Amino acid sequence: MIILEAIDKSFQDLHVLKGVSLSVPEGAVTALIGPSGSGKSTLLRCVNLLEIPQSGRVQIDDASIAFSPSSKPTRQAVLALRRKTGMVFQNFQLFPHLTAIENVMEGLIVVLKWPRERARARAHDLLEKVGMAAKAESWPANLSGGQQQRVAIARALAPSPKVLLCDEPTSALDPELAGEVVEVLAQLAREGTTMLMATHDLRLAYTIAGNAVFLDRGEIVEAGPARQVFGAPVKDRTRQFVSSLTAQATA
Amino acid sequence: MLPHWLSLMIASLPSLAWACVLFTVPLTILSFAFGIAVGFATALARLFAPAPVAAVFRFYVWLFRGTPLLVQLFLIFYGLPSLGIVLDAFPAALIGFTLNVGAYSSEIIRAVLVAVPKGQWEAAYSIGMTWSQAMRRTVLPQASRIAVPPLSNTFISLVKDTSLAAAITVPELFRAGQQIVATSYEPLILYIEVALIYLAVSSILSSLQVRLERRLSRYGGYIEAAS
Repeated sequence: MIILEAIDKSFQDLHVLKGVSLSVPEGAVTALIGPSGSGKSTLLRCVNLLEIPQSGRVQIDDASIAFSPSSKPTRQAVLALRRKTGMVFQNFQLFPHLTAIENVMEGLIVVLKWPRERARARAHDLLEKVGMAAKAESWPANLSGGQQQRVAIARALAPSPKVLLCDEPTSALDPELAGEVVEVLAQLAREGTTMLMATHDLRLAYTIAGNAVFLDRGEIVEAGPARQVFGAPVKDRTRQFVSSLTAQATA
Repeated sequence: MLPHWLSLMIASLPSLAWACVLFTVPLTILSFAFGIAVGFATALARLFAPAPVAAVFRFYVWLFRGTPLLVQLFLIFYGLPSLGIVLDAFPAALIGFTLNVGAYSSEIIRAVLVAVPKGQWEAAYSIGMTWSQAMRRTVLPQASRIAVPPLSNTFISLVKDTSLAAAITVPELFRAGQQIVATSYEPLILYIEVALIYLAVSSILSSLQVRLERRLSRYGGYIEAAS
């Protein structure tokens, strides 16, 4: 279970998140939707503390940090919380100086101090799972965007995180390549991977999200089962946004 | 019968080569190694340290880049004794070159560290790395690749700059040449020979640079953002 309580985040005088509270159930996929600049990415980055909120509380499992503007959380606490998460970035961010399989092994070796052979075995299994075992020894520069993103998913899953955070995982890909990434994420969803996913991709959200949260201007407008938020939104603002997404998808 | 210039060159080669091996090469390698360490520390301080500390390092870079190397060497070797700090010629030269290389290379190192995309730091953090793990495992390997050409420039300049140590009595290659000129009265021949030895040393180093670059770039291009 991930619990976010009254998360507040500003960049200088830009108030990006205004007291956002959210709980992400385990074993399910929660889609975070909303227009550009609504704070989706920032909220996601507040979960693994790539951004430190000014106030509020983040809890994952048994690790929890309460934030206040006057004190910085300890490095230890930040690491403890972050190590319960994995993240998939919009632009993949594979390590270009490591091969595909080394990318997946890196966290196991450096952070968890696994012996190389054990890390290689787990990395190989994960690459198999995302359909990239054949390209294990390739350099990222020689992979397509969709292949890079699949390797990035394997890398994020390697340390067995409690939650996989996906920041627009398909939006840098053309539809065909996005398709292979959606497929991998759908497979993970079926296996009960807890995911929190910021996305514009209606196909992605429809296909795999059980719950949806609509964020606008730093506040949660509507949250509930994905079918309801997408199919029969209660709030006008949500309806507008969902229809704009549908128009985009069919255009 | 060999021509006069050639026999003179051959006769002076051993003492020139000896000076090169004993002083020029060690002075170059040691001051480059220490200089890179100073440069790295300076770059880190300027990028990550609190403002007052960063300012101290900025002052150091400003001072050593803005004054002639020869003046720095004279200050260290001839000037410091007035303050009670007496150094032998070689350590004085080593300190001077180290601080000079440190100042120049810190700017290069700062630039290549900044050139590694912020997303790479975040990717490293996202799999649980600490700052120093991210620096060591993710950022440095990528930064060192782009640092090779500019740092090689610094290194090759340094080989030639060590000739300035002659002015503070370090018996390196150029000074050895001067001494032979003093007895043979053949400046043209001797200084050509000295120049050729410098040329040979820098050529060897350049070819090492090419090899190192090739080794570091085996992973192909950078992946910029989206495909």
